[in-house]
Formats: sequence, structure tokens, C-alpha cells
Amino acid sequence: MSYKAKFKIWRGDDQTGELHDYLIEVNEGEVVLDIIHRLQATHAPDLAVRWNCKAGKCGSCSAEINGRPKLLCMTRMSTFTEDEVITVTPLRAFPVIRDLVTDVSFNYKKAREIPSFTPPPGLGPGEYRMKQVDVERSQEFRKCIECFLCQDTCHVIRDHEENKESFAGPRFLMRIAELEMHPLDSADRVREAQDEHGLGYCNITKCCTEVCPEGIKITDNALIPMKERVADRKYDPIVWLGSKLFKREKA
Amino acid sequence: MSQVERHSYDVVVVGAGGAGLRAVIEARQRGLRVAVVCKSLFGKAHTVMAEGGCAASMGNANSNDNWQVHFRDTMRGGKFLNNWRMAELHAREAPDRVWELETYGALFDRTEDGRISQRNFGGHTYPRLAHVGDRTGLELIRTMQQKIVSLQQEDFAETGDYEARIKVFAEVTITELVKDDGRIAGAFGYYRETGRFVLFEAPAVVLATGGIGKSFKVTSNSWEYTGDGHALAMRAGATLINMEFVQFHPTGMVWPPSVKGILVTEGVRGDGGVLKNSEGKRFMFEYVPEVFKGQYAETEEEADRWYTDQENNRRTPDLLPRDEVARAINSEVKAGRGSPHGGVYLDIASRLPAEEIKKRLPSMYHQFKELADVDITAEPMEVGPTCHYVMGGIEVDPDTAAASVPGLFAAGECSGGMHGSNRLGGNSLSDLLVFGRRAGLGAASYVESLESRPTVSQSDVDAAAEMALSPFDPPAEGVEENPYTLQNELQQSMNDLVGIIRKSEEIERALEKLAEIRSRIRNVTVEGHRQFNPGWHLAIDLRNMLMVSECVARAALIRTESRGGHTRDDHPGLDAQWRNKLLVCSAKDDDPVVPGVEVTPKEQLPMRQDLIELFELPELEKYYTEDELGSHPGRTA
Repeated sequence: MSYKAKFKIWRGDDQTGELHDYLIEVNEGEVVLDIIHRLQATHAPDLAVRWNCKAGKCGSCSAEINGRPKLLCMTRMSTFTEDEVITVTPLRAFPVIRDLVTDVSFNYKKAREIPSFTPPPGLGPGEYRMKQVDVERSQEFRKCIECFLCQDTCHVIRDHEENKESFAGPRFLMRIAELEMHPLDSADRVREAQDEHGLGYCNITKCCTEVCPEGIKITDNALIPMKERVADRKYDPIVWLGSKLFKREKA
Repeated sequence: MSQVERHSYDVVVVGAGGAGLRAVIEARQRGLRVAVVCKSLFGKAHTVMAEGGCAASMGNANSNDNWQVHFRDTMRGGKFLNNWRMAELHAREAPDRVWELETYGALFDRTEDGRISQRNFGGHTYPRLAHVGDRTGLELIRTMQQKIVSLQQEDFAETGDYEARIKVFAEVTITELVKDDGRIAGAFGYYRETGRFVLFEAPAVVLATGGIGKSFKVTSNSWEYTGDGHALAMRAGATLINMEFVQFHPTGMVWPPSVKGILVTEGVRGDGGVLKNSEGKRFMFEYVPEVFKGQYAETEEEADRWYTDQENNRRTPDLLPRDEVARAINSEVKAGRGSPHGGVYLDIASRLPAEEIKKRLPSMYHQFKELADVDITAEPMEVGPTCHYVMGGIEVDPDTAAASVPGLFAAGECSGGMHGSNRLGGNSLSDLLVFGRRAGLGAASYVESLESRPTVSQSDVDAAAEMALSPFDPPAEGVEENPYTLQNELQQSMNDLVGIIRKSEEIERALEKLAEIRSRIRNVTVEGHRQFNPGWHLAIDLRNMLMVSECVARAALIRTESRGGHTRDDHPGLDAQWRNKLLVCSAKDDDPVVPGVEVTPKEQLPMRQDLIELFELPELEKYYTEDELGSHPGRTA
């Protein structure tokens, strides 16, 4: 069952780099990360790659395989033909540190800009009551393993460094949606999503949903509903009048 | 002399899994400045792998549950070798720790009336595990990560600096603890990204580095689990206990080879999945051990009724504690009744409708579909034991999590005592919340009580830097060793010779092999430079792996009985004389690269009277010696 596969792997640092050719053994049932590990143990002990759980749960081994954002640990070798050349490159939207490892600190910076869960006043620990059907909407978004593939693929920032300042990216716009839909969160997040975190940049091409290894419907279930809430708030004349007359707490 | 970046903090927390993050939150809330050091990126720690749930006797699913029942279950699971004070604190405080997470924004699955839903798990009398499908660990770590962000936002609002009180150092590995006059003075390490050195000057260090599973070939643990905290503590003069007790989770994936060992949650069995051998027989009924006789169902019919009516039926033996189930699977495979790839079958497909399986066990569905091409809603899984958790760890004071070295604290998997000889599923997430918080408090109180701060001497820093860089220098004599080869040999020996079933000749062979690896380790040579170089990182981790492996093997050789996560083929029974004995590991002064390990037996404090009275005498008689039971009211009456 074993064969030699042709790999092209990008090696380099923040200054320069290029694709290196490798011919590596592949066995039944293996994933791309296994091949990278074999390469480390035999040909290239200093090949840099991030990984942890090897089970699609931690979101560390994000890279691009044949140009598509993927988790290395969840991409089975059986999805390629034996004579196919497999090209592995680092995430394109983030600066390279070395080889397949990129600097993803942009994401942690954005995470810090999203206002946190705001507990409901008057409810103590142990007093929270929520219906399963109501928590499920936010639970879908909390499946996120922060692999940042959605951030990598999103065309707003993939080739537009200049948009990074004013755009949180699908992962963190989804975080806002998650808090907005949390049954007991008491903050208003709609206007801020639009004005501070760049929801308006998203033109719902659904690329983020396509690459999500957790199968979260980021666009349909998080981003579009947020856009609708923004639109309701902005264009509904009664809401508009209300917002002029009373200070609104929550949509 | 190497260049070293320096930082000064009140508390340094090493490890950013559940225990570490909970300690950070607590120390920060006491007003201290805290550094949190993650071996990986923030939010990627091994806690994300926990699937089934977090045990806490909230009584939402069965109102008969309370801390006493949880305490009893925990002591039984650990075969009464647990540190009873830790087990007591854990059972008492777990519900508050879970409820607190809701105020941080956690979203657990709900009961009909809107409270936190609780699920069945091995060894727990009542449904007790707060959970989110089968990704509970992810929920815990994300919740605490986000709580830390919210505290940083508070600090930003107050000072204009997010990092005024908490700073996260991602992808930093600590290689040595530094002391001053017997007290902790700081921690030394390197950035993975650049290979540059960093020194944290701090009077208190909380170790929350997790386990040692990477010392075994088949494991559910990631590359990070190299026993760093265990080894750092020993080299700093602290002691480890219970290192012979290693938990082999009964259900890991066995096929394909590249995913062998990856965890299949106990939640599968909690939700109705059953174990079968190649003859289609539910074999667990044959494996209820003497100490648990009468507590588990004896027929399939009763076991099946128990899922819906727990008052009138006993639980299925599929949910015996993990050590029992792992041994049973091992025996079935040995007897030739295993599955094609050397495991047994775990069947949920014939027990629940497909939609229900996908809803309750989404990541298991996904994992098998993606990695093994198996649809668990249509066919059984193949599973077998995998090294999962180490019960042993740093010996700590139960109330403050303080180790024997002043200024050193430990919580979570790298601490020892709480779980005795075997941990119940669901008790690790609650452990890390309860003792993570206590370690944060303990460290804060310690720092506040200090009259003078320790200082770090330059010679210690230089020595640590020199040690870390030594793999780049080719050996003066002998052949150069490849760190990957040595790691592989170590994993294979531990797996084969000190694994799930042990005997003295094999353990002795393992010790010979470890001695050989020790002699070769100083010849480990790595290529390339310091920037994100995995070969170099492994060379450094290997020292720790070797040290903890030696602890496991030495203690396993000395304990001539079988108990929990320690099974001796040549001493198959429980021995009451051993119940109260701890094997304490400490580092010798012989070799700075990898110090030798010394093991000394020690008696535990007898259980407090009110706690021992929570058990009936006939049950205690199965575990205790006659002399120990003299004062039990059942005896004195």
C-alpha cells in the first residue's frame, strides 16, 4: 500500500524562500501532517510546522495545500492520486516566520478588540437559565477551533494588508454574532459590528464557510443575520425615531 | 554569555491549559501581575482535547447527587489511594467552579428547565458531567481564554495598556526554574519563534504543564506532553508522587496507524454505546471485579433499562472505571476475540438513531468519518487502550497547591494525589478548575506574605542558557545522536515494557534501556539554527521525557501489587498493605543533564473521621487493613 509521493514544500523565512522538492514514503491511512513529520524525522529535522492535537481539535496546523487553506492533520493522502504533486505552503494572509509557520498575532489582537461577554445584572452564579434551543445558535459558533483558515481565505484581507486595521475578519465578526445571540448577554453589539469591526466589508461570498473545518455556517448563520440586524437598525424609520427619542439598550 | 530578555512579574504561570488559565484569573483578581507562558499558541493547550465533560455534583439531572456522593465515587475510582483532602475539596467546590464559568460566558448544554445538563460517565453514580456535546474541553479553554481577554480589557480601560496585569507569552518553553536561597526566583526559557532566551523574574511559579503521555508510543496526548513541569519541579528540588499510576484510556482509535491512540470519548458509552468482541458479545459483564460486585448490572436487559430508569436498575459495566475497562479490552484481544486491527468494537450505531448520534457526538462522527472513513451511525468503531493521563505528579499541599519548594505551586495533571491510582472520566476538567483557582490563590498569598523578593543570579542564567544550547555542539567523542531516534526508542520501550500490563523482568529491561538512552542523550546533536527548530525543541524536551519515564518505571518496579493504573502481571491482586503507601520520587544530585531518580515510600495521613464514615464498613474492608479500621463506628458499635 505504500508509495512515494511528490511534495513541494515552501521553505524560507520572512525575507526569502522557495519551494523545495521532496519524494517521501506514504502509507495507508496517512494524512499530510504524517508526511511532514516523516520528512522532519528523516530528511529535514529543522522543517518548521505548527501542530498539536493531530485530530482536528486545536486548529494549529493550518496551511495551504495546493493553494487551498486546510488543516494538515485532517487532509488525508487518499484524497490525492499517487502521481499528483502536492504543494504545501504557509497561510498567505499572515507574515511568514519560517517554513510553514506564520505570525498569526493579528488574530489575537482582533480578539482583544471585541467587547467581552457582559453578564446580565442581578443574576448570580448558578442562577442562569437558558433553553437549549436558544443556546444552540451561539454554540454553533463556539465550535470554532481558531484555526484562522477563514481569516486566511477572506478576500477582504487576503491580498489587502491595508484592510486589516479596520476589519476583524470572519472569525471575530462571528464572535460578535455569538455574543449578540447569547441569550443572557446584556450588551448591544450591532452598531459596533458595522462601525468598528468592518462588517460592511463582507460581501457574503461564503469563502469562509467553505474552508471552515468545523463546518460552521459562518456566512449564513452569523454574518448575514448580523447584517440584517444592522440594516433593521439603520433603515427602519420607527427604530430610527425610537433611537432618537429613547436610549436603546438592546435590539 | 547569551543575550536574555528579562521580565519581572509577581506570578509566572507555566502552562496555558485549563489549570494554568484558571490560576491566572485568580492571581490577577487578587491584583497581582501575572505572566502566562504557553508552550503553543494561546488557546491550543491540551485541554481542548477533553471531550466528555466536567464532573460537578450540581444535581441538575438527579437531585440525589451531592458532594459526598462525588467524593465517594472519586475515592472508589482511585482505589482509596487518593489524597482524601484533595478529593474532598474537589467534590465540594466543583459546582461553584462550573457555575462561575457561565458568568464568564460559557454555554453548556441545557436541561428541559434551562439548567446545565449533566451526562453519565464511568464510575459516577449519577449523571454528573456538565458538557457541550463532545467538545467540553474546547468550551472550557475558550471560556477562560475569553475571560482573560476581558480582564485585559478592564486593565486597558483603567491604564491604557492591555498587558498592564496579564501578559500572554505564546510559544515559549520553560527549560529551567531558578532559585535564590532555596526559594523560587524565576523561570528561564526560549521563544520557539526566534530561539531567543527569556528570563522571568518572579517569586512564585505555578506549574500547570499537563502530563507525560509522549513517553509512550500509543497515546492520546500531543507533542507538548513531555512531562516538563514534572521534571522542572524535580530539578528544583520538589517531589513527585504516584508516578507508577498511568491511565490507559480504554477507547482510543486503533486504525488507521497514523491516528492510532487518538481519543474516542467515554461519552459514547455514557450515551448508550456498548463494547463488543469479535463474536458480537458484550463482554464487560464478565469483567466486574470483586470490589465492584453488586454495584453494576448483571444482565444486558438490566443494563439497558438503567439508561432510562436509574432508580431501579444498576448501571452497565461498560461504564466501570477506565482501568477496569482498559484491562478487559486488553484481555479480550489477547484471547483472540479482538477486531481486525487489534481492538474491540464500540457500537453506538445499533443503539441510537443516526440523527441523535450526530447531535450528541458530533466530533466523534466527524473524526471517524474524516480520519478512518467509518460512519459511526452505521457501523461500530474499532477501539483499544491508549495512554491518556498520568495520575502521578508534583506533591502539593491540598489547600494551597504549594509544592515543597517555597514559591513553587502546581495544579492540574502535573500535580499528584487527587486521583489516587486511577482518575474518573470528567474529574480532570473539574480538577483543573478547582485546583487551578487554589494554585492562583496560594501563589498570591505567598507573594503577598514575602518581606523581600528573591533575586536571580547571573551564573544560574548562564548555566541554563548553556544547557539549552548544548544540542547544537557536536559531541567531543562518540557518535552524534538524532533526537527523533532517541524519542522513538524511548516511546517504544515504555509502551512495550511499562505499559498497561507490567512485570518485573520487563520493567527492569525498560530501566536498562532508559540508562542506555541517558548515556546517549548528551550526544544528541541538532542541525540548523535557533529559529523555530523542532529538532532542537525535541532535544530539550527529551531530558524531561527521560526523567519522568524513569520515575514511572522505578515506582512501577517497587509497587508489588495491582491497583488502578498500575497492573502487575506478577502481582495481580490489590494488597491492603500498599493502599496507604505513596512512592515519592526525587532527583539525585548526580547528573545536571538528566538527574537520576530516587524513590522513597511514605505513609499518607489517615482519612478524617467524618469522611471515612461516609463509607460502609464492608466496602472499606475490601481496601483497608484490619488495623486501619479499628475506629470506624461500624467496628466500635
